[in-house]
Amino acid sequence: MPRMNMVQAINSAMDIMLTRDQNVVLIGQDIGYFGGVFRCTDGLQRKHGEHRVIDAPIAEGGIVGSAIGMGVNGLRPVAEIQFADYIYPGVDQIISQLARLRYRTAGDFFAPVTIRTPCGGGIRGGQTHSQSPEGIFTHLCGVKVVMPSNPYDAKGLLIASIEDDDPIIFFEPKRIYNGPFDGDPDKPATPWSTHPKGEVPSDYYTLPIGRADIVRAGEDVTVLCYGTMVHVCQAAADYAEVDAEIIDLRTLSPLDVPAIVQSVEKTGRCVVVHEATRFSGYGAELAATVQEECFYSLEAPVIRVTGWDTPYPHAFEWDYFPTKRRVAAALEKVLEMT
Amino acid sequence: MTRKPRLHIPLPPARPGADPDFSYIDIVAAGAIGRPDPHTRIRDLSNDLIYSMVRVLDDDGVATGPWDPQLDPEQLIFGLRHMIETRLYDNHMLRMQRQGKISFYMKSRGEEAVSVAAAMALKPSDMLFPSYRVQGLQIARGRNLVDLMCQCLSNSKDMCKGRQMPVMYHWKRGNIFGISGNLTTQYPNAVGWAMAAAIKGEDDVAAAWIGEGSSAEADFHHAMTFASVYRAPVIMNIVNNQYAISTFQGTAGGEHRPFAARGPGYGVPGIRVDGNDFLAVYAVTQWAAERARLGTGPTLIELLTYRVDAHSTSDDPSRYRPKNEPEMWPYGDPVERLKTHLIKFGQWSESQHAALIEETQKQVDAEWRQALSYGTMSEGPFLDKNELFEDVYVDMPNHLILQREQMLELDDEREGH
Ligand SMILES: Cc1ncc(C[n+]2csc(CCOP(=O)(O)OP(=O)(O)O)c2C)c(N)n1
Ligand SMILES: [Mg+2]
Repeated sequence: MPRMNMVQAINSAMDIMLTRDQNVVLIGQDIGYFGGVFRCTDGLQRKHGEHRVIDAPIAEGGIVGSAIGMGVNGLRPVAEIQFADYIYPGVDQIISQLARLRYRTAGDFFAPVTIRTPCGGGIRGGQTHSQSPEGIFTHLCGVKVVMPSNPYDAKGLLIASIEDDDPIIFFEPKRIYNGPFDGDPDKPATPWSTHPKGEVPSDYYTLPIGRADIVRAGEDVTVLCYGTMVHVCQAAADYAEVDAEIIDLRTLSPLDVPAIVQSVEKTGRCVVVHEATRFSGYGAELAATVQEECFYSLEAPVIRVTGWDTPYPHAFEWDYFPTKRRVAAALEKVLEMT
Repeated sequence: MTRKPRLHIPLPPARPGADPDFSYIDIVAAGAIGRPDPHTRIRDLSNDLIYSMVRVLDDDGVATGPWDPQLDPEQLIFGLRHMIETRLYDNHMLRMQRQGKISFYMKSRGEEAVSVAAAMALKPSDMLFPSYRVQGLQIARGRNLVDLMCQCLSNSKDMCKGRQMPVMYHWKRGNIFGISGNLTTQYPNAVGWAMAAAIKGEDDVAAAWIGEGSSAEADFHHAMTFASVYRAPVIMNIVNNQYAISTFQGTAGGEHRPFAARGPGYGVPGIRVDGNDFLAVYAVTQWAAERARLGTGPTLIELLTYRVDAHSTSDDPSRYRPKNEPEMWPYGDPVERLKTHLIKFGQWSESQHAALIEETQKQVDAEWRQALSYGTMSEGPFLDKNELFEDVYVDMPNHLILQREQMLELDDEREGH
């Protein structure tokens, strides 16, 4: 089986969809001739043409808004927002049009747009290259939110997203584009080629949207996480020597509630982990869901480990980032509580 | 099945491997167009301001025409000195990034006149709203390079207290606004600042800078509309350096009309200036500032220039443009052109120039040593970690106090308490 990093897997997904479906078009800043600042669209314009892999002006509202129009007119656009931190000029279009078009027109109009955007920290990018704004979008009714944690999932989920008739915000944790990252910046980087999920079929396949994945089975505590944190949480469980069941949510909205319930009913404990800030963050939704669905199985309160409630800093990045030690501390704490 | 698309896709004149082609840049003679009285209402302004270009220095370094600002030699040498300082600072910081001392950097090589001349043409109390590529504003306003370096180092003297990537400076006392990574957001802010000055009956004007690529953002439209509606005393600069990362200016809409032409649609005069001509940039900025102070209203200035180096330290321009394209830019280099002008009139010499460069380089090196003494990202002295939680609000709310305690507790554990 071929080995791919996440960039290559994402590239492969778009390449396949451009080949299979004439209606798929890509639009975004620097994605054409240049191949994207993270190289996710490398070679795609050369192969599929300037009319299908389109360099956009620097206007996120224009990118999202025009992608919606293309979608309404029968295309299946995949828009790239260069960094999730720059999605905000497009947010009016996402909230007021993309998310509600189907509802407002009783199903007569819709736009099957996929918005890909790199998110998350750990790259010394400071406050405008490190944000995790997924919670803004999971709060919307009418868009699905996906965030893969490895190349295999990224490809299968991206193809499924492009084929999906609902709009999808597809977050790509940029820290793990080239290799899994367990939260320790001092360790030498590991490439995806040494990771089982770096094995990626070169052909078409899809993974279901809305389905979580148990990346490690365990008995004592359920860890709900996604993106880069999937790797940090595994390292934390090792570090704390805790028999944790680690669930990679993969799709944040709609949420795979049965997978969560099944696990928490077994373990009786739950830790929720994300890079995004805490207050009103996506973790609050997870904690509330666990409380509502699993209250009588819980042996301890649900604990969150998140980014602090400040903008993402440039200095002190590793004091800000929820590292394995912070997750491990939470695992230990939730196991001590009765 | 096969489709025949008829969508227009703007394509740059030359890709890597091809010969550079600047035939899309028309060559305008120095002194070609008139200088209208700053009181002139927009409907009475000539279209030449937009479709031709304000140039003062000709190819031989002679200043010609009505836009010659008639600066005295001290002012010219001040300008030259600060352009050189900007350039050497940039070069130094690029090297430091390559050595891993700072995480990132963005140079302004070839565009130094855009910032230095504009800063000199404005009053110190005028408020500047910079992009990330006009570091010359700071330098021409007298900023100590040590302060800029400390910001890039995120060290104990960093004006941003470690909260921003390198080059995202600000200077409260020097009236230079803070830079946000989110493009064009400062544009409407500058208009609002200018509206406030007008509301308060004050004489100061605001000036803002964006790149031509950034002019595509909706905030450009917001800024222009408000500036026009309220005739705000503001100068809106578009630095057209031909590139926005990898895409050429046509992708931003520059294929059809100069960017300056966007002004009149809003009721704002547009004016195009040779951005590598120190005297022309000075003169046009001065004209726009005069209009703003007279209450005639805002001005949109397009500064035609060329981004000689990479977009940033994360970029490699040889992937998308011919390697030798920078050398072929038809409007030369701003430092060389001002130097030639000064020499021509006996105010300067090659040896003085070489001495200035040497002296400035020594200054940069010394300032770097001083900056390092305030710490680097890996070696102290460091910022106080508590700073991470300051300035989110005026007063720290309880949840942040708690989070800060959690962070510090974790440190205590690490140290084996
Ligand atoms: C809202 C937003 N979108 C995208 C980016 C990413 N980005 C940073 S600089 C840049 C290019 C800007 O080009 P231009 O405005 O021409 O300025 P120049 O770099 O040429 O000075 C882009 C796309 C950003 N910083 N903010
Ligand atoms: Mg530009």
